[in-house]
Amino acid sequence: MTAPATEATLRILSAGPGVTLQDAGRHGYLRFGVTAAGPMDSLAHAAANLAVGNQPGATALEVSVGGIEVTAEAASLHIAVAGGEFALSLDGRPLPPAVVLRLDEGAVLKIRAGAKGSWCYLAIAGQLNVPKVLGSHATHTRTGFGGVDGRAIVTGDRLGIEPSGSPAPSPGAIVAPWLDRPISTIRVVLGPQHDYFADDQIAAFLAGPWTASAKGDRMACFLDGPRLTHARGYNIVSDGIALGAIQVPGDGRPIVLMADRQSTGGYPKIATVIGPDLSRLAQARPGTIFRFAAVSIGQAVAARREEAALLARGIVVEPLVRTHLSSEFLLGLNLIDGVVG
Amino acid sequence: MTLSSDPASALPEPGFLDAGEAALVVQFGETVDPGINDRVLALDAALRADPPAGTREFVPTYRSLMIHYDPLQIDREALVARVRLMTANVAEWRGEGTIWTLPCCYDPALAEDLDEAAQILKLARDEMVGLHTKATYRVYMCGFTPGQTYLGGVPEPLKISRRPTPRPPHPAGAVLIGGGLCTVAPFVMPTGWYVIGQTPERLYAAERKDAFLIQAGDLLRFEPIDLVTFRDLEQRAASGEVVARKSAA
Repeated sequence: MTAPATEATLRILSAGPGVTLQDAGRHGYLRFGVTAAGPMDSLAHAAANLAVGNQPGATALEVSVGGIEVTAEAASLHIAVAGGEFALSLDGRPLPPAVVLRLDEGAVLKIRAGAKGSWCYLAIAGQLNVPKVLGSHATHTRTGFGGVDGRAIVTGDRLGIEPSGSPAPSPGAIVAPWLDRPISTIRVVLGPQHDYFADDQIAAFLAGPWTASAKGDRMACFLDGPRLTHARGYNIVSDGIALGAIQVPGDGRPIVLMADRQSTGGYPKIATVIGPDLSRLAQARPGTIFRFAAVSIGQAVAARREEAALLARGIVVEPLVRTHLSSEFLLGLNLIDGVVG
Repeated sequence: MTLSSDPASALPEPGFLDAGEAALVVQFGETVDPGINDRVLALDAALRADPPAGTREFVPTYRSLMIHYDPLQIDREALVARVRLMTANVAEWRGEGTIWTLPCCYDPALAEDLDEAAQILKLARDEMVGLHTKATYRVYMCGFTPGQTYLGGVPEPLKISRRPTPRPPHPAGAVLIGGGLCTVAPFVMPTGWYVIGQTPERLYAAERKDAFLIQAGDLLRFEPIDLVTFRDLEQRAASGEVVARKSAA
């Protein structure tokens, strides 16, 4: 992917595996077998976008624990990072894990796996000059849809940015403690095929405890824990798969189907993770231990409403002060405009 | 689809299953059956013609319709009530009656598993091809990968179980049998089915006006072609031409 030399450009100096472009997803084509893809942590994705003045579903880079190193070319860029608790640095100096900043030409932003989390989002004020597929940038690498030529971001990619025209966002630390959500309990709605399991198996499923396996990706989260047995066999006539569906194949090991899931499948689905908790589960590192809790549709919808209200309040950005970083560093970065004369 | 003046009271009520708080499964049965699939497609057509506010996508499968919805815009009970009313008023589904003739090459160079499947089914290679091309298939659903088409109506002697363990990835355009069904698979994927042929047609092509050719409810036949014809049609398909033939019933 090459951007013209004069265009504001985000240049990828290095990228670990699993860094992709994601917008809110490629919706409307499930009936033809097209997966929506979209962010693994939709709340963090929306927060990063809102922090730079973009629409919540705009295209951002989804950064894996593989990390990324970027710089700006031809013009400075206003960017935000949010999600998990990654280790960020700008020209070698540390930054808070959720931040809005101006990336000057030649300045190097490094994002590395930090204390917590599996995914963070790098949003850039403006629009990416990358062709869309079926109306979306969302990358689905298994079918080669979206992203840059249908693939993940790699070292050397250059992404052209169309400036937004709206005022530059104020740099500072993003104050969003709600992005750090506990993972010990993941709420589910039972079904659609929980009748394929006897009551004691449903109880075992809820009790767990479950451990997120190292074998997981954007498509599926594999769980280690009790082996579940089916009461009515494990082959069903294929039906639709919702985001967050927990299917139990013949070996009795549940699999949570994530953003890159296939549209249909033929294993019984014991339960479905509720929308707000799927983002939390996505952030769980391998080895994280948790249980499932069954909730009603009403409770699940209330949780969605709470999440929507968080974003509706807007993103609070506070200037970086001494408690965060040395003042010498801050003055050097112009990060504290309006705070220190 | 026709609307009945006589309420379809003889038809059993569908089941309403929750797939989380943002997807509802309307289930008409648990088997692969044309009558059940008719009801799925009838509801799908009715919903697409008049989608309730807050619904997002409708995904028809063999025996159920998945309705993706925004629960902050439409209440689950209100959605169920709307769907119940629609299913009661939809008596019959006729579809558009589109019949596709899909070229398929059964040459050993492409039909990687034809001999293996023939051995399991105790048929000669020619008998396999003869049976496969004589039948008319119903497209029950699309899914799994973009444009992938699942077909019922496989002749009895060709009904084969899935492999106990998956085989290495099949090529794009593979025509496969397994689990008593047939599928045409446009994307390279590992599979537990048997590759018995390959079509040069692209069921999905981003740059083509009709990105997706075939939809649930269509009928489909296979037309045998030799390897030379396959290579020719493959090139034409690559340039955006539709090489399958479409006719009305």
